Amino acid sequence: MQKKAVRIGSGAGYSGDRIEPAVDLINKGNLDYIIFECLAERTIALAQLQRSKNPDLGYDPLLEHRMRACLPICIEKKVKLISNMGAANPIAAARRTATLAKELGLKKIKIAAVFGDDVKSMLDYRSQTFLESGDPLSGVADKIISANAYLGVAGILTALKGGADIILTGRVADPALFLATMVHEFGWSLDNYPLLGTGTALGHLMECAGQVCGGYFADGANKIVPDLGNLGFPIAEVTADGSFYITKLKDSGGMVTMGTCKEQLLYEVHDPSEYLTPDVIADFSGITFQVLEKDKVQVSGATGKPLTGKLKVSIGYRDGYSADAQISYGGSSAIQRANMAIDIIRQRLKVRDLKTADILFDLIGVNSLFKEGTSNIHPQEVRLRVAAKTRTREEAEELVNEVETLYTNGPAAGGGVSRSVTEIIAVQSILIDGDKVTPKIAYFES
Amino acid sequence: MTLKELAHSRTGDKGDTINISVIAYDEKDYPIIQKLVTTAQVKKFLGNTVQGEIRRYDVPSLGALNFVMQKALRGGVTCSLRLDKHGKTLSSILLEMPIDSNN
Repeated sequence: MQKKAVRIGSGAGYSGDRIEPAVDLINKGNLDYIIFECLAERTIALAQLQRSKNPDLGYDPLLEHRMRACLPICIEKKVKLISNMGAANPIAAARRTATLAKELGLKKIKIAAVFGDDVKSMLDYRSQTFLESGDPLSGVADKIISANAYLGVAGILTALKGGADIILTGRVADPALFLATMVHEFGWSLDNYPLLGTGTALGHLMECAGQVCGGYFADGANKIVPDLGNLGFPIAEVTADGSFYITKLKDSGGMVTMGTCKEQLLYEVHDPSEYLTPDVIADFSGITFQVLEKDKVQVSGATGKPLTGKLKVSIGYRDGYSADAQISYGGSSAIQRANMAIDIIRQRLKVRDLKTADILFDLIGVNSLFKEGTSNIHPQEVRLRVAAKTRTREEAEELVNEVETLYTNGPAAGGGVSRSVTEIIAVQSILIDGDKVTPKIAYFES
Repeated sequence: MTLKELAHSRTGDKGDTINISVIAYDEKDYPIIQKLVTTAQVKKFLGNTVQGEIRRYDVPSLGALNFVMQKALRGGVTCSLRLDKHGKTLSSILLEMPIDSNN
């Protein structure tokens, strides 16, 4: 029988998010579903690197920790769990989860892996150019680590119809993790774009977990948020006509207000009337919020229109090395000496003929976030940061070493040097035809 | 007066593009914000931090503006040299923009 209302909780806003708020939601939220969104733009490329070293890995490093905390209560409370924690290896994630369920004494739990987002073998190097830079894809052909299409609801829907208790995906559009549950429960047609747009608005508001509950919001007298140390994660309750509200547990910290909802609605949105997803072009431009009671906000006016037929694909590729070295100066002449240090580093790069693709000098505490109009700031301490992009690891190491030599060769009393060199895994996007990508499902049982 | 007295804000990022929302605390201030917080003013205030085009979307139902800024992260979140690779802190910076409500 179709449910009258469906309650969906958000259990994570990023891969390293707090776990207790999710546990509280499963326990006390009277939920039907809990969604964990854990896959940032670059995470899947890093996961792919891990998988290439060990074919049993490449899923979210917190998968096991989260499952141990959430699986038993999800089963007890009959809450289905959907997450993109499968990252670059949903099958291994599902298999690991099945084993873990068995260890926890949970029998006959059905776990679905949703994959098919990996399109690396299908890339057409001749014609594709990056959406961001306009550069041809062929320019990085030998450096590509991962290519993952943003899938829509289809794979998750199949898994829900197949009776899965736990669904672990690779790359799926974040709002689709939520939208799939509504399409499944209410039997929404996949060409009912106003409803799909509404479900996408729900997913978009929820996908960053605490960020709609007063996380990332507090600032001064105008923006007081209670009890951030105990911040609650959000619950959405939606009915078959797409009406929904956002709320949180009464005993959790934070708040759900018009302000928190407005900020989150526009977060990572470009044209509010055209929010592109694989399932619908959602239109948020007519959305209004209404406070029903404390920490309960009704959302109305979302809609949508037919999709483009194209899917976005994130390409992860090796892009040289990043060097970051820092040193602190104190006292009233701190900035003077930090600037002297910058001149010395510039001279050393010239003398040693050290090449960088890009270099940046920041005075942390003065101009590391924003450089305009900062010449009149006089703090009592400053941290010089030298960041550079190089072609090779050796060049990056030499650069950070030059900063370290400021200890004995630079201005007076520089201290607290830190240095790091990391390989840059860059991500850019291309578009491919949606009909070339078919989601696939594999089931595991405990 | 600075924008911070009338509005709140959040930055989001996608690639080398960021969006910064400007949301009126009180919807009656929205017309003033619409009038004073122009694309040209924002571009001038942010200076070299944003290298590309800035586009403004008005969302009257929320009392909000949404500024979309190209080439704002020195190459994008995954390869930017910036300390704040996502541009998350730029919303607080933008709110420091002086506005003159007598205009």
